[in-house]
Amino acid sequence: MTEASTQTLDYASQALSLAQSVEGPEWLSGLRKDGQQSFEGHAWPTRKTEHWKYTNLSALNKQNYAQLVANDSVALTDSEAQQLYLIADLDAVQLVFVNGHFSETLSSEIDLDSVEVVRFSQADEDQRSVISDNLGQITLNEEHIFSALNAGQLDDGVLIRFLKNKKTETAIQVVHLTTAQSQSFSVNARLLVVSEAGSQGVVVESFVSDDASQTAIVNSITECRIDDNSKLFHYRLQLEQEDAIHIGGMHVQLNAGSQLESFHVGLGGKVKRVDVVVNHEGSGAHCDLKGVYLPKNSQHIDYHTCIEHKVPHCTTSEVFRGIIANQAKAVFNGRIHIHPDAQKTLAELNNRNLLLSNKAEINTKPELEIYADDVRCAHGATIAQLDDNAMNYMLSRGIGRQEAEVMMSFGFINELLNGLAHHPIQEKLRPILADLFGKDDSLTRHLL
Amino acid sequence: MLSIKNLQAKVEEKDIIKGLNLNIKPGEVHAIMGPNGAGKSTLGNVLSGREGYEVTGGSVEFLGKDLLDFEPEERAREGLFLAFQYPVEIPGVSNLEFLKASVDAVREHRGQDPLDSVSFLKLAREKCKAVNLDQNFLKRGVNEGFSGGEKKRNEIMQMMLLEPSLCILDETDSGLDIDALQVVADGVNSQRSVDRSFIVVTHYQRLLDYIVPDYVHVLANGRIVKSGGKELALELEEKGYSWIDEEVV
Repeated sequence: MTEASTQTLDYASQALSLAQSVEGPEWLSGLRKDGQQSFEGHAWPTRKTEHWKYTNLSALNKQNYAQLVANDSVALTDSEAQQLYLIADLDAVQLVFVNGHFSETLSSEIDLDSVEVVRFSQADEDQRSVISDNLGQITLNEEHIFSALNAGQLDDGVLIRFLKNKKTETAIQVVHLTTAQSQSFSVNARLLVVSEAGSQGVVVESFVSDDASQTAIVNSITECRIDDNSKLFHYRLQLEQEDAIHIGGMHVQLNAGSQLESFHVGLGGKVKRVDVVVNHEGSGAHCDLKGVYLPKNSQHIDYHTCIEHKVPHCTTSEVFRGIIANQAKAVFNGRIHIHPDAQKTLAELNNRNLLLSNKAEINTKPELEIYADDVRCAHGATIAQLDDNAMNYMLSRGIGRQEAEVMMSFGFINELLNGLAHHPIQEKLRPILADLFGKDDSLTRHLL
Repeated sequence: MLSIKNLQAKVEEKDIIKGLNLNIKPGEVHAIMGPNGAGKSTLGNVLSGREGYEVTGGSVEFLGKDLLDFEPEERAREGLFLAFQYPVEIPGVSNLEFLKASVDAVREHRGQDPLDSVSFLKLAREKCKAVNLDQNFLKRGVNEGFSGGEKKRNEIMQMMLLEPSLCILDETDSGLDIDALQVVADGVNSQRSVDRSFIVVTHYQRLLDYIVPDYVHVLANGRIVKSGGKELALELEEKGYSWIDEEVV
């Protein structure tokens, strides 16, 4: 394990020097330089920065995270690793990165005629031009400091391109596995999804770790361009444990008549922060965004979502739920911005939180900005304890108070899991999430 | 089976039960009727131990034990079952999971081993069939989106699974059409036995055509003011409750 250094380091400047030393394909060097420049221009977020008010990044200065780890530093067997991310019964292919390095052995041979999946470093000329045209266009370096840093450190990434008018049933799963190391280190992950017009596809982003003691900081930026009348199912499963630090973003461009169904799950970590930004750029687009976050112990997790309605006749349905246990802390900031031209918008945002202890903390803020007059928009945020009537009902059937609490807490998020289009993902997540509540099998034994 | 002596209880500082006496022997079916606000539902809630219902006097003996000493979940495990007037929806908790937890808890209390998943599923399916509920209801959230009749049938199914000694049916007939009423009544009648007793709380005589009681009691103003055989229910149906008030005065 790393010895925690008592002296304060300066992560921002070290991260920049790491970026400057990164070696990657020459054709990406322009994007890298832009990212570095933009990063330098950003002020490092502090408690006084509006969007970072409740998320303290000082943990990044406690160890030297701005270094890479060697490729051969993994003590796991392949099957142990697969156990962490494989989703039984899901028709899927995998691209697996371990501690930031692409794993040939764990990754699948992908040979599908409806989708191209390629690492940036392996891209052909045509694919390079898709990458160059889109990367950094959906998330803007000047708006997101960690997008800028990610671009600045860009040595590789993954392009998923769902081809025009083709439907891909097989899910494309991109896995980032981090393992316990004797040194702290950085993982820079970049994903670009291009759903061409009339296509349909499924993307699963999995972030997993092998041990509660983690020394990695993962900076993961995903951009999705969803073209006219195409549909993307997207799952972002952030299942790294306890000491993990994860800063990430998912940035989406929805074009005319396109649909996004995106589901997020976030276990807590030392510091976790995800920005989900969806831009409605074409009329008739629909965004269905759901998420659950479950920090416990002293963990911290922060979801900032922002839906930009720029054009008329688009719809958004957003539901996030959190269960915060022990002395953990969660932040949810849900912004819906309806621009003057976005008439006939339908947007709903709902955030519910359950506090399992009186030391648990949630900062939730729905933020509606509406500049069009003919729209329907609803939002709500609640923080609650468990429902007394339901508790009474369960007690009256002989179920003990503690077990009833566990069942109801789990039920609170299970409601969202039940709605997922891909059942194997439900089945993968249920026991993992159930495990958070009942240490023994007191809950899972009922999950027939 | 059950012996209630001079029971007094209040809800939110208001006296509702004001000296109620009732004796029930094994195998008997007692109907409790009465006007709105008489304390009918309160009685069920007090017996089941619901939070917020405070007993201020009297005693309740159930199978030789002091019922009021027990926590709500212990009362259920001891064999008391309340079929709710308004069964609660618990989204996200599947009906099957809920039923299994409940049956496990009661079996454990009786010193029986928990049923394995396969046997339980088989049993639950059987009971579904008995109350004419589709098996899909097992997978759905507890009472979530169930119609009024489906909720009541779900209550009866729980009763069948838990095999209690004393069942309190709190206005089980409310919100049921005639077919659903028949199904519910058949379910209840199939459970009648020499060592199981019932308290059927109802506002209307209608249910008692299907579940024929041994005794009928009239509850008014927190006390039982008149008791009789099943013919009392018919009399109430005909004359309403106002003559009782006059008689008592």
